[in-house]
Parts: sequence; C-alpha cells; structure tokens
Amino acid sequence: VKEPNHLRRVAIGSLVLSAIVTPIVVALIAPTLPPGDGTSASSSQVFDNTVLLGVVTPIAATILVYFAYTLVVFRRREEGPQEGVAIRDDSRVHVPWLVVTTIIVMFLAAFGTAELADAGSGGGEGPSPAWKPSGRAMPVQVIAQQWQFTYRYPTFGGIETAHLELPVGREIEFHVTSLDVIHSFWAPKLGIKADANPGVDNVAYAKPNEELAFELRCSELCGLWHGYMFDTGQVVSNAAFVSWIHDQQRVFAPAAKLLPKYATHYFPEPDRRGG
Amino acid sequence: VSSLATRLAAIAVAVVIVAGLVGFYVTDLLRSPPPVEARATAAHTAQLTLKTEAAVGPQGANPSWVSYLVQNPQGKWVHSTTFKVPANSLVHVTVYQFDGDSGLRNPFLSQVHGTVGNTMRVNGKPMLSIPPEEASHTFAVPQIGLIVPLRGVPDEAENQCEEGPCSLSQAHQTITFTIRTGKPGRYRWQCFVPCAAGFLAGFGGPMQTIGYMDGFLEVA
Repeated sequence: VKEPNHLRRVAIGSLVLSAIVTPIVVALIAPTLPPGDGTSASSSQVFDNTVLLGVVTPIAATILVYFAYTLVVFRRREEGPQEGVAIRDDSRVHVPWLVVTTIIVMFLAAFGTAELADAGSGGGEGPSPAWKPSGRAMPVQVIAQQWQFTYRYPTFGGIETAHLELPVGREIEFHVTSLDVIHSFWAPKLGIKADANPGVDNVAYAKPNEELAFELRCSELCGLWHGYMFDTGQVVSNAAFVSWIHDQQRVFAPAAKLLPKYATHYFPEPDRRGG
Repeated sequence: VSSLATRLAAIAVAVVIVAGLVGFYVTDLLRSPPPVEARATAAHTAQLTLKTEAAVGPQGANPSWVSYLVQNPQGKWVHSTTFKVPANSLVHVTVYQFDGDSGLRNPFLSQVHGTVGNTMRVNGKPMLSIPPEEASHTFAVPQIGLIVPLRGVPDEAENQCEEGPCSLSQAHQTITFTIRTGKPGRYRWQCFVPCAAGFLAGFGGPMQTIGYMDGFLEVA
C-alpha cells in the first residue's frame, strides 16, 4: 500500500483551520481582551496583543492539527510496527522549518522594537525616555513607600495627594519613584507598569481616552503589606479634575508647607534608626 | 545498600525537621494576636487606648523591638495590635507615646487626616500636623484614609522609658483624636515611620511583623 503524503495532509489541515480561526481571533476576540482602550498606552498594548495573536494562532492551529493527525493516523495498532522508520537529513523538512521560524522571529523582533520605540508601550523608560509624546505632557509623580502610593502634581504647586485622579484627553507623564525599597506601579487599565526604585526617576506615558475608574497596585513583592498596597483612581473630565485638585490643595495645605521642593526623586533623611 | 538507606532516611528526617521549623517560624510570624476590644463608653461610642514603647521588654517575644500595646476594657495593657471597634460609631483614641522621634520619610504623612475634624490633640493642644522630623510613629489605616502622626518624646526629656512596661509617670506625649467608623470590615493599620532600631533603613523586624508596628482594625 502506498504511504499517503502526510505532510501535505497536515499542511492543508493547518491552512484550513488557520483560515477559519485566525480572523475570528484577530477581529473578534483580541480587541476585547485587557487592558482595553482606556488610554493611548493600553490601546497600543491591545494592538500589540492583536498582532501577536494573529501570528500565534496559525502556529497553534498547526500544532493542534499535527497532534490530532498523529493521534488518529499514527496511533499504535496491534498489527502495526512497534516503531516508525527513522528519517534523517531531509531538507524538505529542514529548509521550510528554518525559513518559517526565522521569518517569524525576525518579524517579532522588528515589530517589538518598532512598538517600543514608537510609543514606549506604557513601560517605565528610565529617567531619560527614548520615546516622548508630541506636545506638552502633564507630569504626575508616583511615590511608592511601604505600603502606600501617594502622588505629586508639580504643575499644581507640588501638591501631594493620597489618591490618583487624572484629566481625560491629556498626555500624562508619570514619574515613578520610591522612598524605601523596590516597588512597581501597575495600573492595568491605564496600560502602565513601571518599576519604582529608590532614588530613581522612572518615566512612563499614557493619554487617557475616556473617563474611567481604574485600579492600581504594587507588583513587586515589597514586604508585609505588599498584598494591601493597592488603590483606586479615576480619569475624569478636565473641569472635574480642576475642581478635585483645588479641593486637594485646600485639604492638604498643612502638609504642603512641610513637603520638600519637588524633585524627580528623593533620598529621604533622617535614617536615624537604621542599623 | 543499608548504608545508603540509612543516609537517605537521615536526610529525609532532617528535611522534615527543617521544614517543620520553617513552617512553625513563618506561622508564628504571620499569626495575628488576639483582638482586643475597645471599651464601650455609650451607645455608638467607644474608647480605644494605645501606647507605644521603644522596646516592648518582657511583654513581647522580642523584648528589644519597638511596639504598640493596647488597653483592654478592664484597664490592663495587652501586647496585641489587633483592635476591635464598633461599626458606625465614634471611637475616641488615646495614644500614650513613650518613644523618641525618628522622622518620616514622606512629610506628606505628617498631616492629620481622616479623624473627626482632621485634627488631633497633642498634650491637650489641637494640631493639624507636626514637623515631619519630630514624628516617632504614625497610626495609619490607608484603606480608610486615616493618618495620625505621633510626635516623639524630645531627646532632652527627663525620665524617659527605655524599655517597657512604661508608666504614665515617665516622659510621654498624649495624643488624642476621634474617628468615625463606617461599615464592618477588617482593615490593616501600620506605622509609616522607619522606627525599627537596628534594622536596615529602620524597616525590618517590628515594622514587618503583626503584633508590633502593624496590625488590624476590626470594625464589627
């Protein structure tokens, strides 16, 4: 009995499954996955995830078809051979494998680099960001300490607040730092995740597209109450933000007099009890 | 073969013992002390009395560690940092502060916030904030926005309490404030001042251990 062309069968099966599943994943599923379109950074991440899922889905389809085909066609039969014939040095397998995987890896490297260079992807870029948005951004400092985040608004007199509120439609320049140990500022819906290191200014950008409530938390194991180091924030209209910040200036006026001059990072003193 | 079996058995026993010790240590560290109830003074009103000591002394498992203590309804001081207060009530809090100052890393926390009137009294004098470098501890419940900085005993004060139990005849600051509790819940509280003497940056030991400078406020 002539052996059928298994490779062709698997290839055709993979192509058919990919042609059906990939558009569904790319058009219907990927855009609905977190973090959503709340900010420019999160939208950029949704786009990245959509592209990556578009690449990964045909690969997953091929693997699944190959597994299924193998289970059905190459299953052990009582009357069959114990082991298959060894196949070595078949360039019909090697060359396509090398070409396809090289193309995929090179594309992903180029795409990832371009995306990072284009919009920063919501990650911390260090004190001298390689990518900056066009136009003026509103700076907001995120100060992490065991175990709470507080926020300073240098364009509003350097006021410090216990909660984060942002105006919609304005580019935000986050300056993330820490007063003690390593923390990480993670606001999934904003598409922001930036390490908070003591004595370091870590800059990240996001532009809120819509009014929304969001959660933020520390994503670096930082001690006893790490699990409690979370908060909620809000993106509000510009008018509501102005009203809120003026209210904060009034409420925290006594503390404002005691704050150090705004700086992108701090080395707090005293360290009187430290061993 | 018997030698190998013996060695394997010895290793297994050693692993079990070490795992048991580590488990016991971690469990002991994480176990919350029993809650101490605030004293009810009237309907929907309670009194919570606390004190802080630079070294808890024989009252605690780590005598040299800085710690909070709480007074139970019978007036006895208890080494616990889990406090039970009534929901939807006014809770008057008194803190007898026996420790010296360490200073806040973040001066923002030197302003009183979340108390009734956003104010406190230090030795009877109403205050909205204290100089951040004079803070000895804070009583802070971030989940409900409560921050009360506690002023330290001045370095030059006489008759200072080096190790607990400290008595009111020794140098101290008396801080009073009132909070209005809301719905029932379990809220963690902490000290924000790096006050753990002898630990890296003052943030180890008692600052990382429930029962010393961290605990729970059980609103029930």
